[in-house]
Parts: sequence; structure tokens; C-alpha cells
Amino acid sequence: MTTKSLYQEVILDHNRKPRNYGKLDKASHHAVGHNPLCGDHLDIDLNLEGEHIEGIAFHGESCAICKASASMMTTVVKGKSLADAEMLIKEFRDMATGTLDLAHPHHLGRLTVFAGVRDLPTRVKCAILPWHTLHAALNSVSTTSTEAEDDPMHAAIGDA
Amino acid sequence: MKIIDSTLQPRIDSTLDVARVRADFPILKLQVEGKPLVYLDNAASSQMPQPVIDRLVRYQTSQHANINRGVHYLSETATAEYEVARRKLQRFINAREDREVIFTSGTTDSINLVMHGYGRKFIGAGDEIILTTLEHHSNIVPWQMLAEEKGARVRVVPINDAGELLIDEYEKLFNERTKFVGVMHVSNALGTVNPVREMIAFAHARGVPVLVDGAQAAPHMKVDVQDLDCDFYAFSGHKMCGPTGIGILYGKAELLERMQPFKGGGDMILSVTFERTTYNSIPHKFEAGTPPIAAAIGLGAAVDYLSNIGIDAIAAYEVELLNYATEQIRQIPEVRIIGTAAKKTAVLSFEMAGVHPHDVGTLLNQEGVAVRTGHHCVQPVMLRLKVPATTRASFAFYNTMAEVDTFIAGIRTVQKIFI
Repeated sequence: MTTKSLYQEVILDHNRKPRNYGKLDKASHHAVGHNPLCGDHLDIDLNLEGEHIEGIAFHGESCAICKASASMMTTVVKGKSLADAEMLIKEFRDMATGTLDLAHPHHLGRLTVFAGVRDLPTRVKCAILPWHTLHAALNSVSTTSTEAEDDPMHAAIGDA
Repeated sequence: MKIIDSTLQPRIDSTLDVARVRADFPILKLQVEGKPLVYLDNAASSQMPQPVIDRLVRYQTSQHANINRGVHYLSETATAEYEVARRKLQRFINAREDREVIFTSGTTDSINLVMHGYGRKFIGAGDEIILTTLEHHSNIVPWQMLAEEKGARVRVVPINDAGELLIDEYEKLFNERTKFVGVMHVSNALGTVNPVREMIAFAHARGVPVLVDGAQAAPHMKVDVQDLDCDFYAFSGHKMCGPTGIGILYGKAELLERMQPFKGGGDMILSVTFERTTYNSIPHKFEAGTPPIAAAIGLGAAVDYLSNIGIDAIAAYEVELLNYATEQIRQIPEVRIIGTAAKKTAVLSFEMAGVHPHDVGTLLNQEGVAVRTGHHCVQPVMLRLKVPATTRASFAFYNTMAEVDTFIAGIRTVQKIFI
């Protein structure tokens, strides 16, 4: 996959018009994710009802890859169970780092437009940051970083 | 797609034969993403010409041994060649004596040497160190560490919106507690050329020594440390066609002699007993352990190469590249140039409305164009100019006007994708 095909219309569209962008009035869970390599940051608000994600919103400063990843993530996980969200987080991370074989059954659907980041080691973290942050919010960790040693999602750049 | 206003085609006034120069750089023949490499990340690191590569090969294949040790042929040869390289660097910056030229691992190492060797000995509680907003993190963090250790204070010279130092404010910062000034000669992020000669004269009139970070100046303009009258001048080999892992600290002999050693070990001693160690004379006092001998000799070959082309010819040609690139990029309304100092080296930092620098960088790479994106290790500059990050094209004498066109066309491609 080439770089240009990473910047597909679906990604550009979510960058231009991010879905679920902003804050929730009453969030039950919240986390901030940082990418210290570029200074980008992302806030995620969650509203959990029982075992389901009832509401989700994000805002922050980031590149197109990160913003589109966050936007598409919110549309996909809204209404999902916590277990399903965690499964998607794992699958997305594995796809971005190149350890997921897309030929095998998975649940990523349209999120596979991000598969191309596996060939761009410096951009893997841009795509993963929203998912790191969602994971932190679900687990009531208030801040996370793509560089945090104790981050359970920690994945070295280019470990593909 | 190339949209080039023909009235803006540059007139080549400089004497530099860029086609001949390019033939010396094997890496410039590389294809990236199926396109010819356009390397515009020279402020981060420059490329190496064949004569320097050949010199490294010759050293490793026929001259290598440890220096200052053996009585055998190879050790004597390596020692002699290492000292020849030192004298080449001495001439390159017009230092008075070769013992004023210390080999370090790079600019960061050079600055840390001054902080430990001079700062920890002569700067104490309540003393003040003047730095500028433009400084690279490598000329900020060591002084913050010293200030914390000693109870000293760092004062900062502000900049205007163009990225120029406010010299009035610099002068106002001086008082009887001012003990040191650290200033970069040329800004890595913006290209601003600072009036260091005048700043040094002002500091000296008040008895304050000055360290100049010359990492971005030495490859691009004539540096004469005696004319500047700086007390210390630090620069790196890999930004001036030399190898990584080698740099220079120039220091005035009388200051270097009064300083304490930075690192302890072999070569920096005259005699060692467990009761007492006597330090070697300069420059050896500051070159503990086996130095990067090959890299030092390679740097000597690099300054020969630059001198043969002529630093003045290089500077003149790079200004033409900058002027052409600046004119071209100004045709794109969505682009805002960050850093518009009256006196600049060939660095073009910019932001594009609605497009994050990392997306610009990734898409330019698709066109074979290498640029730097991010905060450029100058977060205070980014904070002051209110930009989270920029895209930076930095030129060298082996870049061409046609490469500027490719770069501008790449920017227009990015613009089309996003806007």
C-alpha cells in the first residue's frame, strides 16, 4: 500500500468533518492521550451505561491520520459492549503494527483503511493514539502517552 | 503539476557548479518512492561527498590504530592524521592555536563540556546565565541543570514575530550577577542569523564570556572565531558533510586552561596514582578515552571539501536557493512562512492552513522530498510563535532550483488533497 492510498477519501473526509467531535455534557469516563514525539494530544469523553458505551466524543490537536482514526473509532465503538471495544482496540493495534493478518476473520470493517500505516513506522502512533486513549478511558486511567512505559497498549514503533 | 511563474525563474549569479558538486554525492542518486530523492533536511543532517567517504575508507584500510599510545607505525600514523585534522579545523574557523580546538562527539557534547568545565567551576548561587528564546534544547537543558544544581538563574532574550532577537532586551538583561551568555549563531528552526559579533562585544564590555552554538552556521557561512571574539564556539561534523559522532568545541586557550575536566579517563591525564592525578594540557585534558579517530579525520576531509568549493560561494548559492523557494512558496496563499528575519540562512519553515505538518511530511515523502516536521527541538520558539509544529525545508549547496520546483509542486499536491 502506498502513502497516497493511506490518504484515501474516507480518511480525508473524517479529517475534514470529524464525527462525534467535541465534549460530552456528562462523561462517566475521560482520558487524555499524548504523542510526545509530535506534541499531538487527544481528549476522549465516554458515557458508560452498564457494560455498553452509550456516548463518546473526542477533541484535540492532531494530524489527519490521528483525527480520522479517532473519528472512525467513535462511530464504530458507540453502542458496543466494553468487551467488543477492547477486542477492536486490540485488533486495530495489531493491524497498525502489522501483526494482524487481515486475511483471517476480524472485526475491523472499514477501519482497514488504516492498514497502510504499518509501512510508515513514524505514523503508526498517529493512528493508534485514539485507541490508546480509549483503552485508558475504559480502564479509568486519566492520562496516557504513546511513550508511557506502563501503558498496557505500549507498542514500539515499527515492531511490525 | 508544476505551476512556475517564469518571471520568477532565478538568475544564477553564484560561481558554484551545482551539477559537478552533485556528482560527488552518491546518495543523491537515490530513488525514493520511485522518484529521485530531493533531500531538503540538511539542517538535521547533511549528506557525505565521495572524497570524505574515500578518506574514511583510506583511514580504516591503511592507517587505523589507537592514538597517543603505541610506538608502532600505525599508531604514529593515526596520531599524526588525527592532529592534521585538528589543524584543518583550526584553519577552517581561524582559531589562533590548534590546542584551542577540542574534538567532541557533537554540538550537544561541546555545550555540555562548557557547562561542566566552565559553568560548574565559575557559576554559583544567585548568578545569571543569559540564553535566547531561539536556542536549541541542547543549549537550554544543560544550563537549566546547572542553574538547578547551583541555585543560579537562566534569563531569556525574547524574539519578535519575525524570529529575530530583541537586542535592546538582551542588553537590559545584563547586571552584576550576569556570568555567562549562550547564543546560537543561526536558528535551526527559522534560519535567523543572529548578530553574535555585536552581542559578544556587549557582553565582553561587562566581563561576561559568551558561548556560540554554531551548529547551523559552520556549514553555511564563513566562521572566524577571532573576528567574532567568542569565548566558545560549538559545532557538529554531520551537518557539514562529515560523519556523525564528531564535533568541535573551540575555546580560548586561557579559558580552557582554567576550566576543570569534563570526563575523566585515559588521554586526559599526565600521571595517575590513587593519591593524586595530574591532568594533561589542552586540548587533551578534554579528550578522555579513545576519541572517534576516523570521524575526526573524516571531518578534516569534509572541511577540505567545503573549503575547495569555497564557503562564500556556498553561502551565495544557498541564498539564491532560499530566495527562489521563498518567492515560490509565497504564491500559495494557504502557506504561512514561519521565520521571516531580515538575515536568514537557507531554512524555510512554514505551516499550511488546515494541514498538520506530519501529513505534509508524509505526502512530500511520496514525491521523493525529504523535509523535517515537528518542533525541531525548539519548543520555546514554537510556543512564542504560537505554532504547534512546522514543516521545514532546509537547503544545502548541492540542492538545485529544479528541486525547489519539485518541492513546491509537492506542496501544491498536498494542498489539492486536503483543500
